Amino acid sequence: MQATTWRSTIKAGLLTGVIALYVALTGMVLSLSKRPVVDKLSLGHVVYMLVFVVMGYLTARRSSWRTTRPALVPVQGLVVGGIGAALLALLPVFGQQVDLSWIFVTTKPNLYKFLLFNQESMAVGVAYLVLTGAALGGIAALLPILPEVLHQGLLYGAGFTLLLGVLSDLAQRTVLKVVLKPLFAYKGLKPSGALILFVVLSVLFGLRHWWLQRQRERSTMEVILGERPAWARGVQQGLLLGFLLILPVWLLNKDAYLNSVVNLVNLYIIMGLGLNIVVGFAGLLDLGYVAFFAIGAYTVALMTSTGDLGHGYTFWQALPLAVILALVAGVVLGIPVLRMRGDYLAIVTLGFGEIIRILANSDWLKPFMGGALGVLDIPKPALGNLVLKEEYQLYYLILAGIFITWFIATRLYHSRVGRAWQALREDEDVAEAMGIHLVTTKLLAFGFGAAFSGLSGAIFAAKVGSVYPHTFNLIISINVLSLIIVGGIGSLPGVVVGALALVGLPELLREFSEYRMLFYGIALITMMLVKPEGFWPKKLNVYSRPQDDTGPATP
Amino acid sequence: MAPILVARHVTKRFGGLVAVNDLDFEIEEHAIASVIGPNGAGKTTFFNCITGFYVPEEGTITFEGKEIQGLRPDKITSMGIARTYQNIRLFAKMSAIENVMVGMHPRLSLHWWDAVVHTPAFVRQERRVLRRAWELLDYIGLADWANHQANSLPYGAQRRLEIARALASEPKLLLLDEPTAGMNPQETAEMIEFIRKLRDDWDLTILLIEHDMKVVMTISEKITVLDFGTKIAEGKPEDIQRNPRVIEAYLGRGAASGLPTAQAADSAA
Ligand SMILES: Nc1ncnc2c1ncn2[C@@H]1O[C@H](COP(=O)(O)OP(=O)(O)OP(=O)(O)O)[C@@H](O)[C@H]1O
Ligand SMILES: [Mg+2]
Repeated sequence: MQATTWRSTIKAGLLTGVIALYVALTGMVLSLSKRPVVDKLSLGHVVYMLVFVVMGYLTARRSSWRTTRPALVPVQGLVVGGIGAALLALLPVFGQQVDLSWIFVTTKPNLYKFLLFNQESMAVGVAYLVLTGAALGGIAALLPILPEVLHQGLLYGAGFTLLLGVLSDLAQRTVLKVVLKPLFAYKGLKPSGALILFVVLSVLFGLRHWWLQRQRERSTMEVILGERPAWARGVQQGLLLGFLLILPVWLLNKDAYLNSVVNLVNLYIIMGLGLNIVVGFAGLLDLGYVAFFAIGAYTVALMTSTGDLGHGYTFWQALPLAVILALVAGVVLGIPVLRMRGDYLAIVTLGFGEIIRILANSDWLKPFMGGALGVLDIPKPALGNLVLKEEYQLYYLILAGIFITWFIATRLYHSRVGRAWQALREDEDVAEAMGIHLVTTKLLAFGFGAAFSGLSGAIFAAKVGSVYPHTFNLIISINVLSLIIVGGIGSLPGVVVGALALVGLPELLREFSEYRMLFYGIALITMMLVKPEGFWPKKLNVYSRPQDDTGPATP
Repeated sequence: MAPILVARHVTKRFGGLVAVNDLDFEIEEHAIASVIGPNGAGKTTFFNCITGFYVPEEGTITFEGKEIQGLRPDKITSMGIARTYQNIRLFAKMSAIENVMVGMHPRLSLHWWDAVVHTPAFVRQERRVLRRAWELLDYIGLADWANHQANSLPYGAQRRLEIARALASEPKLLLLDEPTAGMNPQETAEMIEFIRKLRDDWDLTILLIEHDMKVVMTISEKITVLDFGTKIAEGKPEDIQRNPRVIEAYLGRGAASGLPTAQAADSAA
């Protein structure tokens, strides 16, 4: 028992080293080193140090000593981080003797210097690195043996402090700069600022965890006592609505860049809500989802463009048609795949997605759709005399889209159709044997998913002003699918969290764009390990007994 | 009384294997009947033919005077046939009460637009669904588990939940595939009582597949014995017990434990 645990700890340490080496060799570390997070600590440091932290943390969480011998758990973390850092240290030690750059183009002397904390003496540098790794691993391993409130509070507190540090210039662009200014240096956080933020955020997140815990106990009580008072929900939703309405003008100061990022995230949320019906509710794996986004976008582009290809309709005339065309396409493309399941379904839908893009790109349709040159001069939507040309104005249009799709998705979910979708996801054969008509149920899911995507595409076309076939490639489908999974499959708030994490963050961290796919991979793997059910998982619905007695009990 | 279900010359093949062979079968309305036979005899396959999972190559199956072979499973369920499964097949990640609500599907009529708009008819229907689901859970004794994920229920409870889900579709004919599989004698005895009660309370016809001879002999009014897909005997429990071909079918495979014994018959009588 003991021996195996130590052996697995050492294995985890070696794995940590390999991952850290990999991260260092991708070139990420150096290219991110120009963005300070806290004082001299740069994003480059954070990226490889996170490897030690995450691995130490995971080792601790999975340790069989967590309950039996908690004192040994941080030691495990120490070992994991230490071994990992020692392996990483081999890179500069070895690399300074032998030139590795003909294999790994990123192995330059300044990478070594960076990894060794710019120390003159190699021995001192290596010692620093190993000690840092061990310390980080050990500290991270402390978390899982602490009480849950502390564990969650510190975890999120540290995470969000780093995040704010990374996004320092953005944080200072918003209204919050009044409060945040003293905490930040010109770039990145001041050490004192980081400490204050960390403490405050940890307390807040700890409280949040405690509150959620209490809620959970209460919701079981609710089943017994009846429903939660409606006014509490009303107040909550009112506050949220208020916040969303003032977000772009107040918090984001009408800042064009920040609002455009928010708008992009929100367009992805609409798509996510649609794909969530297909994949999350009904369990139909659709990889060609971008096709409907493209159909929506091209419909608006061709109908409204003031260029040669356009037909001069207004955005509001084009919008319903865009949604309807996407819906029809969803249903029509759904018919051939009715009998397919799982992997087959995924592959065939993937093909559909590509077909639409290739059609838009083809010479054959060029006279109508512009081929690779795309459709230009798409006018902005107008409300009477008010042209929604600024990002913060478009925000409200997109927000309305989210409200509508969210509303429809929720209503459908809590209905006969929604239950049929879930049954379909759980067991298609049994669902059919329970009297569910598979064809209509599946086509409804495909249709709604496609319509939402079409809506998103329609607004997208008006927002960017021009559409090109290459915009609509497979990556968009993958992005939407990933954000659903990361958020928690089947969960509507999960879509929001997923979109913020997978669309918003990479957009804000421009240095990351080169590593975007890597970032997705890391996010997905981390999630599978830490929170396999997603960051905001779908909760089981709670049904209380009907209190009223207004109708006959039997049909 | 008239038979509610009649099967004539039903044959189902899988490649070269004849899983059900030229089977003639009928069950009276309001009866409790059993299909027994050694492993692989074709019992579940016969159920699958009735419920539309499989389309028999030959023969006809008539339910309440209408031919149903070749119809889609959901159609057959709407006509009034419901079933449970040998290896429990609940909607695992849905709660117990949601499983029951899904069961009501064929008895609900409103469409998605009613759900989006929340038309008065929809609200009324959903209220009825909720009330009825609770009633069914109360009836089956699972009200305490209503809001738990189906796969987190204890084994026996899962079996009962499957029955509740089947009842929710308001069937006239209920097919139970080994309802006491994996239960201890105490639970088995309860299940027997429960099946009888089911029939009386819901005015059902019940056809079950069963391995436990004691259950079969106690509960069935008629027993049909299959071996290699062929019907080798049919009749009242006491006749089946003494039938040499049945004894051989069981003994010949060395399935002595499944042998219907004289004691079982005595205690049953
Ligand atoms: N889908 C299928 N494809 C091929 N062969 C099948 C299929 N379903 C059943 N069989 C075969 O048909 C025969 C009858 O199977 P069936 O499941 O009906 O037996 P059973 O009487 O229910 O047995 P048990 O008591 O083990 O449940 C078996 O030999 C089985 O292997
Ligand atoms: Mg069977």
